[in-house]
Amino acid sequence: MKNCNALVIGGSAGSLEVLIKVLPKIDINIPFPIIIVVHRKQGTDSLLSELLSTKTALIVKEIEEKESVLPGTIYIVPSDYHLLIEKNLTFSLDYSEKVNYSRPSIDVTFQSAAEVYGDKLVCLLLSGSNSDGVNGLITVKNYGGETAVQDPLTAQVNYMPAQAILKANIDKVLKIDEMSDYINSLS
Amino acid sequence: MPNSSSINDEQVETLITDVLEQYGYDFTGYSRASFKRRLLRLFSLDKQVSFAEFRYKIANDSTYFKRFVEQITVNVTEMFRDPVFYKALREKVFPNLGTYPFIRIWLAGCSTGEEAYSMAILLKELNLLNKSLIYATDINPTVLEKAAQGMFPLSQMKQYSENYIGSGGTKDFSSYYSANYSLAKFDNELKAKMIFSTHNLVSDHSFNEFQLILCRNVLIYFDRDLQFKVLQLFDNSLEKLGYLALGTKETTDFSPISKRYKRLETEKIWRKLSDEKL
Ligand SMILES: C[S@@+](CC[C@H](N)C(=O)[O-])C[C@H]1O[C@@H](n2cnc3c(N)ncnc32)[C@H](O)[C@@H]1O
Repeated sequence: MKNCNALVIGGSAGSLEVLIKVLPKIDINIPFPIIIVVHRKQGTDSLLSELLSTKTALIVKEIEEKESVLPGTIYIVPSDYHLLIEKNLTFSLDYSEKVNYSRPSIDVTFQSAAEVYGDKLVCLLLSGSNSDGVNGLITVKNYGGETAVQDPLTAQVNYMPAQAILKANIDKVLKIDEMSDYINSLS
Repeated sequence: MPNSSSINDEQVETLITDVLEQYGYDFTGYSRASFKRRLLRLFSLDKQVSFAEFRYKIANDSTYFKRFVEQITVNVTEMFRDPVFYKALREKVFPNLGTYPFIRIWLAGCSTGEEAYSMAILLKELNLLNKSLIYATDINPTVLEKAAQGMFPLSQMKQYSENYIGSGGTKDFSSYYSANYSLAKFDNELKAKMIFSTHNLVSDHSFNEFQLILCRNVLIYFDRDLQFKVLQLFDNSLEKLGYLALGTKETTDFSPISKRYKRLETEKIWRKLSDEKL
């Protein structure tokens, strides 16, 4: 896709090491925001943004509620909140019931982003052991967005991307070392 | 074209207008993304088939409207949620408030009461419960009925006990409740200092002066303008040198009242420094 307006990356078990490999190779001039939703234990959130910010020259920040979504920024969804995106391109956090036993839930953010960004959205689902994100990818496709998953053969835990390939319409299946070129080419 | 959403944005606005006109509940300042998600959830939970019917039911059936309010608001909560926050209350806030003859606390958006019982336990351990009064309010009367019962699922107690220990608690957490089938019934002594009442932060006024106001994970559902309005309400309800505590992701920054408040280091707790109206 050209002219991508937002990239949302979802991942669970085994996704951190993928991010660590891919982020350093992301073009520092990317003209869209990258929003990262990963499952993890409660109360460890600033650790994740600190860790990821050492891997890129781009700004990496944990999302504050009602802040504007800016291009060229990597946003980390805080632990224990769902992330929604408002039509006026601000972030809302939500403490409602877990979805797929998860909060944040990848489905929730993919679906919310799909409504806002429509066919200018790209969602990428990484390694993980449950199927959170799969329904979200279906919605993204319904709204004309682009869907991508980590090649299950390269995933530490292949269940999540494999489920996505089985149930959703996936545009790109990417090996870890193909991801940065793919992301950089979205602009 | 997407067919997943059976209610579009315009219809969301229509419902908000209906509800304001029919019942006086004002949701115009609520964050739309979450509000719409709750609406869709209710629509599918109740197996509604058309927007027109859904709209009619909400506007004309007050019993169903009650359910609407219950389901549109997010009532998820925990005891000693964010243990570090309660630790800060224990170590930094109550040592100050403890010198007062009387402590009035307002828990705005208290949901089913887990926060109120956590607060009462904290006060009891600091020997302050006797001279404290906890006003616990929410827009949703159904959660307040639950809160007044003081019974929470026994299955949660392991988690709550861990939270309690994380907050600096040193007692056996199970000494605060008795197991009753699948429920944990908290001591009446804790409840004796609580007053439950409905209060709508959007439309109701200040009703007392407090030394501590907690409003956690409620402002995230409001847009910035409504947040500022509610923070103003808290400011009007807080004594000088009183404390205002918000959820871990909420802030007074950007709001007009922020100048008069000083944040306690890294906590989401602010102290009111002056009383001057701006
Ligand atoms: C997610 S719960 C937070 C409960 C608790 N404070 C906590 O942090 O665990 C949000 C609560 O805010 C209440 N609420 C929503 N809108 C409100 C309003 N306008 N006035 C008062 N309470 C409101 C809801 O009914 C719900 O119980």
